[in-house]
Amino acid sequence: MKQYLLSVYQPDGPPPDSQTLEKIMRDVRALREEMKAAGAWVFTAGLHPPSTATVVRVNGAKPMMTDGPFAEGKEHIGGFSIIRAADLDAALEWGARLARATTLPIEVRPIHEEREG
Amino acid sequence: MSEAAPAEIERVFRRECGRAVSVLVRMLGDIDLAEEAVQDAFTAASERWPAEGLPPSPAGWIIATARNRAIDRFRRESSRNERHAEAVRLYPIEAGASAEQTEDAVADDRLRLIFTCCHPALAPTAQVALTLRLLAGLTTGEIARAFLVPEATMAQRIVRAKGKIRDAGIPYRVPSENELADRVDAVLAVIYLLFNEGYTASSGAHLVRDELCAEAIRLGRLLVELLPNEPEPLGLLALMLLVESRRPARLDENGRMVRLADQNRALWKRDLVDEGQRLVRRCLRRNQPGVYQLQAAINAVHSDAASPVETDWPQILQLYDQLHAIAPGPVIALNRAVALAEVEGPRAALTIVDALALDRFHLWHAVRADLLRRLGRPSEATSAYGAAIGLCENDAERDFLSAQRQTLGAS
Repeated sequence: MKQYLLSVYQPDGPPPDSQTLEKIMRDVRALREEMKAAGAWVFTAGLHPPSTATVVRVNGAKPMMTDGPFAEGKEHIGGFSIIRAADLDAALEWGARLARATTLPIEVRPIHEEREG
Repeated sequence: MSEAAPAEIERVFRRECGRAVSVLVRMLGDIDLAEEAVQDAFTAASERWPAEGLPPSPAGWIIATARNRAIDRFRRESSRNERHAEAVRLYPIEAGASAEQTEDAVADDRLRLIFTCCHPALAPTAQVALTLRLLAGLTTGEIARAFLVPEATMAQRIVRAKGKIRDAGIPYRVPSENELADRVDAVLAVIYLLFNEGYTASSGAHLVRDELCAEAIRLGRLLVELLPNEPEPLGLLALMLLVESRRPARLDENGRMVRLADQNRALWKRDLVDEGQRLVRRCLRRNQPGVYQLQAAINAVHSDAASPVETDWPQILQLYDQLHAIAPGPVIALNRAVALAEVEGPRAALTIVDALALDRFHLWHAVRADLLRRLGRPSEATSAYGAAIGLCENDAERDFLSAQRQTLGAS
C-alpha cells in the first residue's frame, strides 16, 4: 500500500455562508468515516487561514521570519488528508470524492516510501 | 536458418520491441528495468543473429533472453535484489504454455501498457511520447525529431513521465468496465494526435511526416486487435486508413498541397480505401455511432466518389449533423458548413460560418475566403485569405492559400 497526500486548495477570503459550510462539513465528515471503514484513512487536518502563517528561513546562524504564507497567490492549502491506497487510480478516486465534498480542487501527491533495509 | 543482416535485425526488433517491453514491465514491475532488459536482449541478438539467423519466434526469443538478462543483472547487483530475481522466476514463460496462450498473455500485457502510457494523470505530450517510446519502439531521438523539440527536452519529458508512473503508482492494468470507455477515449486521442501530427505537421517545412502516420496506424490496428468489442477503435482505424489513402495525391510535383476536390483520385491507394470502407461498413452494422466512426463514414463517402462532382454531399451533410449532435463544437460546425455550401449554396454556409467564434483558427478564415470568392465578393475574400495565411503555421498549407489568393486577383 502506498500513501498519498490529498491537499485541499482553498481560495483566500471569507468562507462560504454558514448553510453551505455546514453541508460541506457534513459531507467531509461522512467521507472521512467511509475512508476509515475502508481502511484508507491515515490522518486529516484543517488549517487556520494563510494570514496566520509564518515562514522561517535560516540564513547563516540566525532564523529569519516573514509574515504570511510561503507562496503568494489567491489559493492556499486549507487542509489535508493522508490516505492509504493500492495505486494512483484508487487514490484519485478518493481525491475526486473529496473534491466533490469540499467543492474545491484537490492535489493528489504520493508520499515517499521509507526504504526497507 | 539463414544469416540476418543488421538492418533486418533492427527492423525485427523495432516490430517486437513493444511486445517485449510490455511483458517485461509486468514481470519486473518497473519500466526502466524492462527497457534495460530488452536493450540487453537487443545487444545479444546483434551478436548472435548475424551468424545464426533469426530464431523461429523472434518475439519469444527476445522476451526469454531479456528475462534471463534481468535475472543475471539482479544477481550481479548483489543480494539486495534477490527478491526481484525471485519475482522474475515466478513468471516462467515457456514452460507448459502453448504458443496461443503466450500470445494472449502478451496481448493483455500490451493493452495494460497502452493504458498506463495514456493515463489521464499524465500530460497529453507525455502520453504521446511514452506511447511512441514503449509501444512503438521509437528512440528518444526519433520522437524528438518527429515533434521538433531538442532531444534533451524529449528525454527529460520521458524521464519525468516514467518517474511519475513509478512514484505516484500509476497502475499497470486494463481499466474496469465502468471506466473503460473514458480511458479508451484517451488512448484513441493519443493515436489520432500522433496521426494528425504526422499528416499535417503543425509547423515546419514538410507537410507529412510519414513515419508518425505509419506508427499511428500500427497502434490503431493493435487497439482493434486488443479491444475487438469496442466500436470506436475500429472507427479510428478506418478514418486513418481513408485519410492515409490520399497521401500520394495530396502534394503536387512541387510539394504544394492539393485539396480534396483537386486531387487526382487515380493516385489514391486503392487497398487502403477498400480496407477503410470495409471497416466503415462493419461500424454501420454495429450501429453504435461515435465521433471517430462518423468521421470515417464521412471520409468513406468522399472515397466513394470517382470525381468531386459525384460526391454525395447530402449524405455527408447528414453525417455531419449526427456528428455535431454527439460532439457539438465550432470546428465540427465549420466542417458541416463546408458540406452545407455544396447542398444549399455558399450564402447559407457563410451565415453559419460568420456566427462561429473561430477567428484565431486559420481554417475558419480559409473557409470564409472560399465562400466569399464563390459569392463574387473578391475584395473580402482577399482579406480573408490574408488572415488565414497570417495564422497558418504549415508552409505547404500557407503556399496553397497564397496561390488561392493569387487566382482571385487574376480573375
